[in-house]
Amino acid sequence: MPASPRRAPFVLRASLCAVALALPLAAAAETITVITSFPKELTAAYKKAFEAKYPNDKLEILNKNTAAGIAFVREQPVGSRPEVFWASAPDAFEVLSSSKLLQKADVANPAVPAKIGSYPINDPEGMYYGQALAGYGIMWNTRYLAANKLPEPREWADLVKPEYFSHLAISSPSRSGTTHLTVETILQGEGWHKGWAQMLQISGNCAAITERSFGVPDGVANGQYGIGLVIDFFGLAAKNSGMPVEFVYPSVTSIVPANIALVAGSKSPEAGRRFIQYALSDEGQQLLLDKQISRLPVLPATYEKAPPGYPNPFAGKIQAKVNFDSSLSESRYYVVRALYDQLVTFRHKELAAATKAIHDAQKRLGGRSSPQLDEARRLAYTPPIDEKQAADKALEAVFKADKKDADASRRRAQVEEEWGSRAKANYAKAIELANAAK
Amino acid sequence: MTTALAAARTPGRSGAWLVALPVALFIGVLLLWPVATVLHAALADGRGGLTLVHLRAFFSLSIMREAFVNSLVVALGAVALASAIAVPLAYLTARFAFRGAALVQTLGVLPLIMPPFVGAVAMQLLFGRNGSVNLLLNDAFGIRIPFMEGLYGVIFVEGLHYFPFILLNLVASMRNIDGAMEEAAQNLGSHGFRLFRRVVFPLALPGFVAGASLVFVKVFDDLGTPLVLNVTNMLAPQAYLRITSVGLEDPVGYVIAMIMVVFSILALWVSARITQGRDFATLSRGGAATRRRPLAGWRAFAAYAWVLLVLALVLSPHLGILLMSVSRVWSFSVLPEGYTLAHYAVVLTDSAGMIGNTLLYCSLAALIDVVLGVAIAWLLLRTALPGRRWLDWGASAALAIPGIVLAIGYLRAFRGVELPFGWGAFTASWLAIMLAYAVRRLPYAVRACVAALEQVHASLEEAAQSLGANRWRTVRRIVVPLMAGGILAGFVTSFITAAVELSATILLVTRESQAPLSYGIYLYNQSIATRGPAAALGVIAVAIVALGTFLSHRLLERRSAAMSSAET
Repeated sequence: MPASPRRAPFVLRASLCAVALALPLAAAAETITVITSFPKELTAAYKKAFEAKYPNDKLEILNKNTAAGIAFVREQPVGSRPEVFWASAPDAFEVLSSSKLLQKADVANPAVPAKIGSYPINDPEGMYYGQALAGYGIMWNTRYLAANKLPEPREWADLVKPEYFSHLAISSPSRSGTTHLTVETILQGEGWHKGWAQMLQISGNCAAITERSFGVPDGVANGQYGIGLVIDFFGLAAKNSGMPVEFVYPSVTSIVPANIALVAGSKSPEAGRRFIQYALSDEGQQLLLDKQISRLPVLPATYEKAPPGYPNPFAGKIQAKVNFDSSLSESRYYVVRALYDQLVTFRHKELAAATKAIHDAQKRLGGRSSPQLDEARRLAYTPPIDEKQAADKALEAVFKADKKDADASRRRAQVEEEWGSRAKANYAKAIELANAAK
Repeated sequence: MTTALAAARTPGRSGAWLVALPVALFIGVLLLWPVATVLHAALADGRGGLTLVHLRAFFSLSIMREAFVNSLVVALGAVALASAIAVPLAYLTARFAFRGAALVQTLGVLPLIMPPFVGAVAMQLLFGRNGSVNLLLNDAFGIRIPFMEGLYGVIFVEGLHYFPFILLNLVASMRNIDGAMEEAAQNLGSHGFRLFRRVVFPLALPGFVAGASLVFVKVFDDLGTPLVLNVTNMLAPQAYLRITSVGLEDPVGYVIAMIMVVFSILALWVSARITQGRDFATLSRGGAATRRRPLAGWRAFAAYAWVLLVLALVLSPHLGILLMSVSRVWSFSVLPEGYTLAHYAVVLTDSAGMIGNTLLYCSLAALIDVVLGVAIAWLLLRTALPGRRWLDWGASAALAIPGIVLAIGYLRAFRGVELPFGWGAFTASWLAIMLAYAVRRLPYAVRACVAALEQVHASLEEAAQSLGANRWRTVRRIVVPLMAGGILAGFVTSFITAAVELSATILLVTRESQAPLSYGIYLYNQSIATRGPAAALGVIAVAIVALGTFLSHRLLERRSAAMSSAET
């Protein structure tokens, strides 16, 4: 290639001009570009309804997962950014807001309450708004449970039972923001030690740690797994669309908003505002009640139009015992992710084997207590660091640091290696002890 | 001799240059430069020098090491599975008088009309942990076979889809073996498996390697299948995730892309080496047509059983998506319960645009391909332009470039390039998608056009020119009409393979309104409520592609019939 990289764009522009001439001119209507991680049936419903109400506007959906959406907004030049960002994970909006990529829309619906539990629905600074509510829970395939003669679970604690061994599925918090929220909810609800013990036992009962959060509800809905830990709308939408599944909110759950925000530096902020306002209006909120969408509106009045039995977090139908503390979650965000990966994701085979050995020993002993079994449990289900260590800023910094920081990445690899090899040794020892327990 | 002929008739250099220049520009700007920027990004140290730091960083990440090993395991596993299916089938069709041979031939075209990612979801319902097959097995024998668990699933789906590449190549090379060789072996007392292992297979090795390396490359590059099966710890999905979520500045994404290119080239090179490096020549080609042995008794039974089993497996994804597209609920049951056409209604009302986009992009891309294909064929066979071989090689290089790498290259190389008239960034427009299709499918069109022009005798053009036609008129009135069949074949092949391309598409689609069918299939698959619409789109895609394949077969047949009748 004789052309230098600097010149090539001009060459390209010249060669594209000819093709471009043949393109039809786009209509001059206002286009609102929405970046979202939400599924097609939800975006299709909003597109249809919104365009019917505002015939001069055109809604353009860019479907991206949350992390890809943030990267996309960041890489667009000011003036050609998308108008609206719409996604589940609250931390994504914190990232956008602190990077100055959001602007105030000033279209809050006054009928939306300030808080759900103790969690503010709208960003206190007004940069983003809660547009729907989401809780975490347990979804199961009724046919699967019936075929395997398994009881229906109600609480997280049920999932540690031996009969559920290899019937569960969960995703990893490092691969899925919603799973991270679930794990953090359990850690906050049960406390660090008990929470980890429970998470490890549940994970040990899992048939798979799926690569993506969607793999869990998907696998449960089509019957590949019996029970999954999922965000509520996956369970409710599948159920309401006729899949043989059920969903329940355990008492240790928290309700957090899924958000919508106006992106700073977009082409038509006014039109963007119009869409956000619509999404927060009663009309827009009602779309959430659609069978295939099944999300919880933020507008209490909308629940009056909901079908009977629709969960209403404002009427105490969901007992969310956990008041989700997002700053606590943020302070150990990367540590929890890395810990889960080292203890579970990368060592799942060993953890499952240890869990199986412990279940077998328990059955063999018939309820008698055994010091070896207790020791096996302790080894298998204790996190390598305690809550205080996890909250250590220096530790979090190691994980948060720029990848180019060679020092930090060495330290990080060292910490991860330490956790990982310790977990592996502990699982092996636990198997040995459980097999020898009498 | 051809060169002498061509040299004798070399048209004015300027004419050849005029044709060669745009072709070279196209290949250079849209293929070589983007790939070069990817390789550069993987090796640049940010200060203008080269470094291996990023490569080391890549191998220091455990997830990347895991992805690397997994990709190799899956690609080799798929080759092994594909061979296990294809080798017996090839031997059966090439060496035995056997009526199932016609069936085996049909198997050869099936993967062309449906890429693995379309059928992958259906395979989950049929062969998954609690899919139809395992439910039946569990009922009858209390066992489950983990066809679809993690990497096995990818291997299973890909092997099943790509085995025809090995089958077709192997059958072709077995047909070329001199029958005398086998007869000699038989006279010396070699039979059955020993005959196959010691004589037939070694002689047919070039065909096998050619097919196997193609399978390896295809599987190694495939992004759609692992994504649809929720497997992300492989190289292609990791490259996709890194580039989309960490951003375009992340060197690790480029390192993955570089590794993928290197392995693709390596596989194709090994195949070329093995085919050329050893002397496989047999005395008389295809010789006195190897005697086909009759099959009878239990052998015939076993052969039929094998062919039918493979046929059932190969048809299962097709059948699966068809069932999914009309099923209401299909969960934990052998067959769906309740049938409906609603999914087609959803797709046709919400996503008719995607079907239109596919038709638009693919026809434009295929058009560009055949125009370039004719130009390259003409330069190659009718001019003595220095370096004209390079154009051919350049165009064929696209075969070794994974779609995802090309797309990453576009995103990086053309970042900030704005289209005129306020149409926004080039990489955010559908032009990028369409041009990526054109580049990726160019090798097929070039091969088809070169083959077509080789069959047109130069004397016909000379006759036209001596009757006073100028060069342009000769090309327009004589050459192109005579090449029509080949051009059409090139067009259709480019079109249908582009219609189901996902790996470049998924990175280049920025908005739903410009998304083609293949992206729609991926998008609808992310729905929890129902995957019916995804399956319905899949069925529509298969129908479009099958129709294209059928039409091109018909046209080619008619043409060859016309030609043979003209000769007699």
